[in-house]
Amino acid sequence: MIPASFDYEVAESVDHALELLRTKEDPKLIAGGHSLLPLMKLRLARPGTLVDIGRLGDLRGVRDAGDHLAIGGLTRHHDLNTDALARQHCPLIAYAAGLVGDPQVRHRGTIGGSLAHGDPASDLPTICLVLDAVIVARGPGGERTIDASGFFNGFFDTALAEDEIITEVRVPKTGSAGWSYLKFRQRALDWATVGVAAVVGSSHGSIQGAKVAFTNMGQTPLRAAAVEAALDGAPRDAVAQAAQKADEGTDPPSDTWATGDFRRHLARVLTGRAVEEALSR
Amino acid sequence: MATTERPAPSIGQRKQRKEDPELITGASRYVDDISIPGMLWVYVVRSPFAHARINGIDLSEALAAPGVVAAYTGETLEMGPLVMAWPINDECKAPAHLPLTKDKARYVGDPVAVVVADSRVHAKDAAELVQVEWEPLPAVTDIKEALADGAPIVHEEYGTNDAGSWIMSRDSPAPIRNPSGPYFEDPDMVTIKEEYYLSRLIPNAMEPRGVVVDVNSSMGEYTVYSATQIPHILRTTLTITCGVPEAKLRVVAPDVGGGFGSKLEAYPEDAICLTIAKVLGRPVKWIEERSEGYVATLHGREMYQQIELASTKDGILKAVRVKLWASMGAHMRIITPGIPMLGAWLYAGCYDVEGYDFEYTNVFTNNTFTDAYRGAGRPEATYAIERAMDALARELGMDPVELRRKNFISDDKFPNYTIASGLTIDSANYAGTLEKCIGMLGYEKFRAEQKSRRESGSTKVLGVGFSTWLEMCGIAPSRVLAALKYIAGGWDAATVEFLPTGTVRVLTGVSPHGQGEVTTFSQIVADQLGVDFDDVEVLHGDTQIVPLGLDTYGSRGLSVGGVALWKAGEKIIEKARKIAAHELECAEEDLEFAGGDFTVKGTDRSANIKALGFSAWSAHNLPDGMEPGLTATHLYDPPNFSWPNGAHACVVEVDTETGSIDLLRYIAVDDCGVRINPMVVEGQVHGGVAQGIAEALFEEATYDSEGNLQHGTMTTYMLPGPPELPSFELDHTVTPSPTNPMGVKGVGEAGTIAAPPAVINAVVDALSHLGVTNVGRPATPERVWNAIQEARR
Amino acid sequence: MKRITVTVNGVTHEAEVEERELLVYFLREGLGLTGTNVGCDTSSCGTCTIHLDGESVKSCTLLAVQADGAEITTIEGLATNGELHPMQAAFQEHHGLQCGYCTPGMIMAATSLLKENPSPSEDDIRHGLEGNLCRCTGYHNIVKAVAAVANG
Repeated sequence: MIPASFDYEVAESVDHALELLRTKEDPKLIAGGHSLLPLMKLRLARPGTLVDIGRLGDLRGVRDAGDHLAIGGLTRHHDLNTDALARQHCPLIAYAAGLVGDPQVRHRGTIGGSLAHGDPASDLPTICLVLDAVIVARGPGGERTIDASGFFNGFFDTALAEDEIITEVRVPKTGSAGWSYLKFRQRALDWATVGVAAVVGSSHGSIQGAKVAFTNMGQTPLRAAAVEAALDGAPRDAVAQAAQKADEGTDPPSDTWATGDFRRHLARVLTGRAVEEALSR
Repeated sequence: MATTERPAPSIGQRKQRKEDPELITGASRYVDDISIPGMLWVYVVRSPFAHARINGIDLSEALAAPGVVAAYTGETLEMGPLVMAWPINDECKAPAHLPLTKDKARYVGDPVAVVVADSRVHAKDAAELVQVEWEPLPAVTDIKEALADGAPIVHEEYGTNDAGSWIMSRDSPAPIRNPSGPYFEDPDMVTIKEEYYLSRLIPNAMEPRGVVVDVNSSMGEYTVYSATQIPHILRTTLTITCGVPEAKLRVVAPDVGGGFGSKLEAYPEDAICLTIAKVLGRPVKWIEERSEGYVATLHGREMYQQIELASTKDGILKAVRVKLWASMGAHMRIITPGIPMLGAWLYAGCYDVEGYDFEYTNVFTNNTFTDAYRGAGRPEATYAIERAMDALARELGMDPVELRRKNFISDDKFPNYTIASGLTIDSANYAGTLEKCIGMLGYEKFRAEQKSRRESGSTKVLGVGFSTWLEMCGIAPSRVLAALKYIAGGWDAATVEFLPTGTVRVLTGVSPHGQGEVTTFSQIVADQLGVDFDDVEVLHGDTQIVPLGLDTYGSRGLSVGGVALWKAGEKIIEKARKIAAHELECAEEDLEFAGGDFTVKGTDRSANIKALGFSAWSAHNLPDGMEPGLTATHLYDPPNFSWPNGAHACVVEVDTETGSIDLLRYIAVDDCGVRINPMVVEGQVHGGVAQGIAEALFEEATYDSEGNLQHGTMTTYMLPGPPELPSFELDHTVTPSPTNPMGVKGVGEAGTIAAPPAVINAVVDALSHLGVTNVGRPATPERVWNAIQEARR
Repeated sequence: MKRITVTVNGVTHEAEVEERELLVYFLREGLGLTGTNVGCDTSSCGTCTIHLDGESVKSCTLLAVQADGAEITTIEGLATNGELHPMQAAFQEHHGLQCGYCTPGMIMAATSLLKENPSPSEDDIRHGLEGNLCRCTGYHNIVKAVAAVANG
């Protein structure tokens, strides 16, 4: 319940934060702190210096940027859940943000923190993956963009460099496409045992551009490539069969919540349900 | 006898609790809120191995760390073993349990060293620097594996992990009506044999444990503030372990944030803190961290059950035969070996049988010790019989409600019916509670809905489960405890005193920590003595203020402590009557007592009890030879257990594709005799039911092959939150206990006893059309789904 | 050590705190506001819930230094002029507490919930309190108390 000792610096600007990351010993960014502090309290994480970017108000909020929404890296789950623009143009991410943790967690936790943590059991990484979001990062060499598809490298491992900060997340507006996120868990405040996100368009009775992604089905959030391929251009009654391919290419963990085999089963069932729900929206 | 007819201005009212104003404003004082000048902090170094020899401990680095005052191992901090109070028979193995282990660690979390420093932070930092030379040994955490040949041995001196058996036909002081064997050999009988595994549970009182010890070195006096349910018992056990004279040891249970049995214990940390305070002559404090508590605080249940029923072909239950194998964990704590025995007599449930046999075997494993968890023994019994009754109903092709109706002990057997296992139930209303429950449920309508849902081919199917229950609570008649080899008694004490300013001070030997006795005992006194509810002050939980008592557990607060209070009140009335007769110059027999007034029959001359209290205090004009003061103490030893009962029903919706369960309705009809405060009674039932549901659907503590606790934090151990539970539908019947003058029984454990089989029976019922007959508990989605797959195979 | 300024229950405090000091310990041990309890070490139980700038947060999962400049309300600051907050009164009236340990956090979570959703359904209330565990009440009477306040 008491973290090991560390130094603490408040960043006054993104540039200042980058400088602190460069100059301080064993630095670690903290925003809401709801991924990091629990680990520090159990002394499973022992950073040398915490660089607090929680006060960078510029990085907070949702902006309409034409074909996409620009979500500041420090936008909290609660903000995203209640944001009018997000609810209108990308209801999936607004909805999913409301499923992260509990209200207190959502009052502190941020989208940037959630992505940078790279937890495959976490909701927003999956949502960003299924939406083909673009992650904007700033580092000593300036700004770069990283596609969500190339962001999650491995278990708690992302493309974000140690000296970079997520400043923005760009999510395409979903327009008329239907959406769903089914988060299977025993208790409301748990991580997903399995989560299935779907964004599905349809025209003239056939499915167009179906996108499906999983939470907690491998080392990273995963896109369900086989399902997407099976659905693309298929009639609506092909969903059940396509869903059977859901666990192809996944590598789900076995833990106290479920075995890998049961997760595979859940992925198949929930994929069918998620796609159907998306089609009905 | 029963007093339901008596006019009751306070008893029976939904009085708001006197406890609440502090608790809702943050003015409460739990042990972690206590700070004493000069106080040092204790941090306990624990074994990371389930089983490992200690080849050396190096404290030097820790001692050199900032703020560190001292550090100790079991070799350097002198203490005796912790007290184990229930050696169930001669074959019960009870190895000495030292607060700091010296030779080897026997479970993950076993305390091996302590660091004492000037702050919480320094103590924790320095504890990381303690170097222990470990020699890891193979560990065993499963009951059956522990009994197998070649298993690692937890206590080598015994050469076995078998900690001894208790066999009813041999060890029980009460004779069994008939042995069960002949019924099972009778070819005309229908017999079933069921096996269940009850998972290991972590009690999870919301307040972690903690101890603060204050020292008055010049007087050799110590005050131990402990988050405990049992300040009196703890005082005695600490004296034995630490050698502090009992008269100089004061134990205080400040506000205590829940217990559920987890604070009914003599823990290593209590003894360690007292001993360090004694050695250093300084106040010390230890506060448990939650994840630490998951290995350091007692666990509950974990047993294999085998239950056999023999019945006639038309469903008359004739015999019950039960065998249990229970996990002790690594040590026998204060009443560990006797926990399964607390259910021993109840495995026939509310049903009248002829033949009965019961035995259990205790087993050592490399886990945290088990001990009393809410219900202790009785939830286990109720689970076995109520699940087995459903199994028998399936075997016979009978409706489970019909089978229960057919077998209840009928009302005309009471009062005082001796059941086949040998105990005598004073009163109950088994059929009555079930009928009420069925009515609330709308049973026939439910069955129709269940059928149509199934026929529609929906993947969301419905099920209902029933559980009728009884318990022996109000622990306990001291003579019975003696016959069961429990070391202490089961009485409790109360003192009532009129203070000169007109208020009534009540000292109770029970130690409430959420149960609301400050309120309910005020209601009792208000009624009995005719004083204002607000003029009664109930004090508890401090052995200096209330020297006599045996504390709170086993639903005994009201049925033992409350009856002691009533008896003390009777003595008060008796004495006040003498003073009144003296003042009013009449014979005692001419006085009527009502509403606080002694009135001379047929006149308007009267004396109020408060005024008589003042007279007794001033002692200006008392009858010759009378002691001053209007005060009375009573130690009440109950002549029997108390016997509440009830019937619960649970309705679930099961998703056959994912195995997830939605709890749609939970109905509880309970009979705890006369209810002092219905609001408090309902609260007890709500909380108990929630814990029972949690046990059935969510909670389990499992270990990996190396003996590490897998559900080791509150993140992984599944305590249900508000969204996981429904609102509950409650009703009751009132069958006053003839055993005590208030007609009360006890309700603290009711819900926890009743709920698990109701829930699991509902899940099995929902899936019965698929051929499912059992689902392991907790019934997680994966277990439910697996049960469906197995049935389909 | 870092210097921080926080306003707690309307009173401004300046203090030197160690970087790693959790906000809950600063409140409890630094300011003596022991009404906020600690129930776990994994941000799971909600017992330590307070309001930070008007919103519920778990004070065990914030560093005191992160709260520099913030307005904090704890259970001690909920009553005004000796009058219980309606949520406190409702918890007592509906028996929404037994041992009382989760109660301060539960009340703070509930008041934050009603601020964001003044007329919640039973389901909304249950989900609004999903970050708070209680082991005594089964939540039944807690939900009743919150509903009673919401319905005026």
